[in-house]
Amino acid sequence: MSNTNMPKWAELVVLPIVCLAVALAVAGVVVALIGQDPMEVLSFLIYGALGTARGVSYTLYYTTTFIFTGLAVAVAFHGGLFNIGGEGQAIMGGLGTGLVALWLSPYLPAWLLLPLMLVVGAAFGMLWAAVPGYLQAYRGSHVVITTIMFNFIASSVLVYLLVNHLRPVGTMSVESVPFEPSANLPRMHEALAWLGIEWPASPLNTSLFIALAAAVAVYLFLWRSKAGYNVRAVGSSASAAEYAGINAKRHIVLAMAVSGALAGMVGMNEIAGVSGKLLLEFVSGAGFTGIAVALMGRNHPVGIVFASLLFGALFQGGAEVAFEVKGFSRDMVVLMQGLVVLFSGAMIYVIAPWVAKPLNAVLNLFGAAHAKGA
Amino acid sequence: MDEVLIGNMLASSLRMATPLLFCALAGLLSERSGVIDIGLEGKMLFAAFAAGAAGAALGSTSLAVACAIGVSILLSWMHGLACVSYRGDQVVSGIAINIIAVGLTMVLGIAWFAQGGQTPPVSTEVRIQALWPQAQDAFANWPWLQAIVGEGLLSHNALVYLALALVPTTWWLLFKTRFGLRLRAVGENPHMVDAAGVSVHGLRYTALTLNGVLCGLAGSYLVLAQSAAFSSNMTAGRGFMALAALIFGRWHPVGAMWACLLFGFLDAAAIRMQGTALPLIGEVPVQAIQALPYVLTVVLLAGFIGKAVAPAAIGKPYVKER
Amino acid sequence: MDKASLPGHTTATAPTATVGSVAVGMHGIEKRFGAVRANQGVNLNVATATIHGIVGENGAGKSTLMSVLYGMYQADAGRIAINGAAATIHNADDAIALGIGMVHQHFMLVDTLSVLDNIMLGAEPHWLLSRADKATRGQLRDLMQRTGLHLDLDSLVRDLAVGDRQRLEIIKALHRGANILILDEPTAVLTPQETAQLFEVLRGLRARGTTLIIITHKLKEVMGLCDAVTVMRAGEVVADMPIAQATLEILAEAMVGRKVHIGRDGSVGVQDGAVLLQASGIGVQDALGVARLRQLDITLRAGEIVGVAGVSGNGQSELLDVLAGLLSPHSGELQVMAQTFNSAHWLDPKTARQLGIAHVPEDRHARALVMAFAAWESAVLGYGHLTSYTTGGWMHHSAMRTATRDMMEAFDVRPRNTELQSSHFSGGNQQKLVLSRELGQAPTILLVGQPTRGVDVGAIEFIYAQLRAMRDAGCAVLVVSSELDEILALASRVIVMNNGRVTGELAIDDCNETNLGLLMTAENV
Repeated sequence: MSNTNMPKWAELVVLPIVCLAVALAVAGVVVALIGQDPMEVLSFLIYGALGTARGVSYTLYYTTTFIFTGLAVAVAFHGGLFNIGGEGQAIMGGLGTGLVALWLSPYLPAWLLLPLMLVVGAAFGMLWAAVPGYLQAYRGSHVVITTIMFNFIASSVLVYLLVNHLRPVGTMSVESVPFEPSANLPRMHEALAWLGIEWPASPLNTSLFIALAAAVAVYLFLWRSKAGYNVRAVGSSASAAEYAGINAKRHIVLAMAVSGALAGMVGMNEIAGVSGKLLLEFVSGAGFTGIAVALMGRNHPVGIVFASLLFGALFQGGAEVAFEVKGFSRDMVVLMQGLVVLFSGAMIYVIAPWVAKPLNAVLNLFGAAHAKGA
Repeated sequence: MDEVLIGNMLASSLRMATPLLFCALAGLLSERSGVIDIGLEGKMLFAAFAAGAAGAALGSTSLAVACAIGVSILLSWMHGLACVSYRGDQVVSGIAINIIAVGLTMVLGIAWFAQGGQTPPVSTEVRIQALWPQAQDAFANWPWLQAIVGEGLLSHNALVYLALALVPTTWWLLFKTRFGLRLRAVGENPHMVDAAGVSVHGLRYTALTLNGVLCGLAGSYLVLAQSAAFSSNMTAGRGFMALAALIFGRWHPVGAMWACLLFGFLDAAAIRMQGTALPLIGEVPVQAIQALPYVLTVVLLAGFIGKAVAPAAIGKPYVKER
Repeated sequence: MDKASLPGHTTATAPTATVGSVAVGMHGIEKRFGAVRANQGVNLNVATATIHGIVGENGAGKSTLMSVLYGMYQADAGRIAINGAAATIHNADDAIALGIGMVHQHFMLVDTLSVLDNIMLGAEPHWLLSRADKATRGQLRDLMQRTGLHLDLDSLVRDLAVGDRQRLEIIKALHRGANILILDEPTAVLTPQETAQLFEVLRGLRARGTTLIIITHKLKEVMGLCDAVTVMRAGEVVADMPIAQATLEILAEAMVGRKVHIGRDGSVGVQDGAVLLQASGIGVQDALGVARLRQLDITLRAGEIVGVAGVSGNGQSELLDVLAGLLSPHSGELQVMAQTFNSAHWLDPKTARQLGIAHVPEDRHARALVMAFAAWESAVLGYGHLTSYTTGGWMHHSAMRTATRDMMEAFDVRPRNTELQSSHFSGGNQQKLVLSRELGQAPTILLVGQPTRGVDVGAIEFIYAQLRAMRDAGCAVLVVSSELDEILALASRVIVMNNGRVTGELAIDDCNETNLGLLMTAENV
């Protein structure tokens, strides 16, 4: 994103905050329109998300999934691609994780099984993204369309397997048998109890550390490795990458593969960490939230962690508001998410001039020199 | 084969294809003008909600349809503001519309009707009924005609016929009028159109407005003709299937129609096929049939069954160069 | 905005033209772009029903002048008179209303539509295409009859040859009522046969009373076709005469000007260094099938600077890209560093670098740097695989930063900020960084395109000194530049290109305005 007519730091920090503020304001208007008090809603939201230890835990549990999907979108963006397929890649990743758990959990100990589940989950997600990536690079098929199609195909695959093969005979609910304990990632409250700390029960589990490690890994990949440098060069200027002898096609596939692998790790949180069995709804729109997270976080791992936290807080806070306020539901959070995508993503050039003008006026007033070369 | 089954399938296919067709034609106009429309799903959903809410609250079919169309046009214009007037990313804007639609329809639905997101069912007067309910009986003495013509072709409501009629209309608009010529040109080479003295923005906004009308009709169909009430996420991915049909039909009205009919047929077949074994293949899982439209579109895009070439200037914001 | 113009006739508001009068009169035209004076006090008089040529090198100001006439730019000062009446031209619509039409170098056509549709668009006589079609077909039949320009109205543009596409543009302009037609480098993409056909058509149009202005650098064509010629150089008109008074030599000299030997330091490098690179029979075609390089041979020796002179767009860019491995020719052979390449298996940029070929691209923004990257990341572009920068897939940030700092020091890049985004450096400093990066790899062959484009005066001599130092160290340097002064200041020998071919080669001491100008515009060598 360039040509916003403001210094780089403003583009990275001030502009997203303004966009977020606009999204919040519009959401507030909607809240008022349906007869609620925006400030009351906001206070319930904040309390629900951060006011209790249990609330914080839930917030962090949601954050974990969003970190995975947000990182996925960001890596693809750096490669110049729009990966809308996070939803499908997360489904396939969870499927992979679940299948390994189902088949091997009676036989393998946790310390062998869990890493295997992680790797297979990532591999399934990687494959699901690499195919559209390959089609884009080598056959010119628009990655946006193919990833949308793959989302639906993934959904169908999951339903088919669950309904016809993995569901225990005779049961009505569409889910697999529960895994053996070795396939379960310890919950945070269990881990803390083991350390002697009392903590309320919640779905928050140790996959949070995997997510944070993934964020670090993405940073290292994109900014410390040669492959990452090449990916960013291809995404930023395909012509300069060509000049440098970088194989654009290969790196497009690589960017998508890494992206898909990240989305595929969602299963470690939702399946290995929470449900302990394979079920239908474990992604539920997280792939799309990942887009909002990546946009807010400006495609940088640090920004993404914070943006994931923001959306995690919104989700948890939204549940609290739904509980406390009549006529309210969690769909307000979905709306909020959509507004963030709208203002941080689509309308950014509409908002930018409104920020640039006063900002530049203020900066000129203080005689601050923009960092420009002589 | 059982003629009742064939008649049934024909009727179901047409009914399933109708919302797809409205949306596919909407997407066609927008994309031919150079603006990607990923937001078909969201617009159809919001229009359905508007139709359901207005239909229940105001008790009038025409007002319900008008509201649906109005809402959909507003969303299209918003897309235009971000992407045509300003240089926003067209894909991101479409996704934003989809997510906002899912959220806002539920928020408003719960707040206004307190039925868990559903709108109250619209009364039978408001519902769009079959045009010729006696059609089947007229063929009572000829079973095959009764099934295929009576049920298959003549048992539908006005919107189904409207959708089908819009195919030649869109074809005529696109290939036989001045506006259509300019629209096709602006999606391929907006600089040329600008140099010829025609407004690029004007063409694109007109296309988006028509797009809004058609998505509004799609949403109206879902609530007023098919189900009688809006329920959470009732579009269930049909907007994306319409996008797939548009691409599968290679951005041509007639192609899109055949694609929508095919996908509608697959949709209708999926439910009926459950439990029945086909010769040679055995029992086909319903999910495989459900996934088939999407698989076919990917295969087409990958270039394995011919080429699908999008309008050349699609997705790129038009900036005057000097 | 619909133009319901009457094709084939001048509109009511345009004054009538009679043979003998002045169709286009431009007086005192001034046009600046920032610090650059593209047009300075330009006077141009084009008589009605004549073919008038405007010649000059790139940057001479001829395209700017015609853009002013066609309303694409507004002149800062000066007057325009069309057929004797004062005219204000704010945009292309005004120009069209006055009967001026322009055929651009890069055609503005919609490939997927038919010839008829392309001509009609924007001026359809009726909203129903069937009626508009019929009416336009009738008018076009007459027009094609009268002008001798024939096209199949129903064929799709993408199936048309280049020459036919140009005819389409001409018919389009005539259909809008143009009786003053501007053609910008019309024969650049034509075969000799197509060129001959075009000339027939133009003569026919002249006989019908159309006034034609041709922008070109092809002097032989001017001599063969035009009634009068204006020569521009550095934004000014330096010669203006009826064709009877002109000769190739006079025009060539006027075009190139007396600028030989400025900036030379007297050194020429080594005469007979070892052959480092030899390319033969190189042929390149572009996407439209137009030949960009034809049977080109070139040899580079150690210790020399070879300057490639010629009007831009005659294959010089393609030559650089081919030698750097960015473009694969469809014919030809290359020998470099004891390795042979042919059209079936050509160089790629990575191999080129491994062979010691460094490339400073013409297009700095798109090629030489990643504009969004910080300087220290752009500074390793193309060399990221070197062990000093990368081991085991991990890049050494401190080594990269140190290297960048050294590069900046060596070439005085300002500000000395390795963290600054590449796009925020001035053009001159960007170029210095690129040069520092490429020269710092101690290449054996250095390919440079437009070395000082956008570079401030103070840095130019520094860059020249660096290139000479490379030459003296035994490197073979190939410099492509649209600035003839630059070529003459640096080169040991000069290769002149026109129309994808090498038209001639001169030792630096043998160069003068005339023979260079002639070679730059020579055809069919």
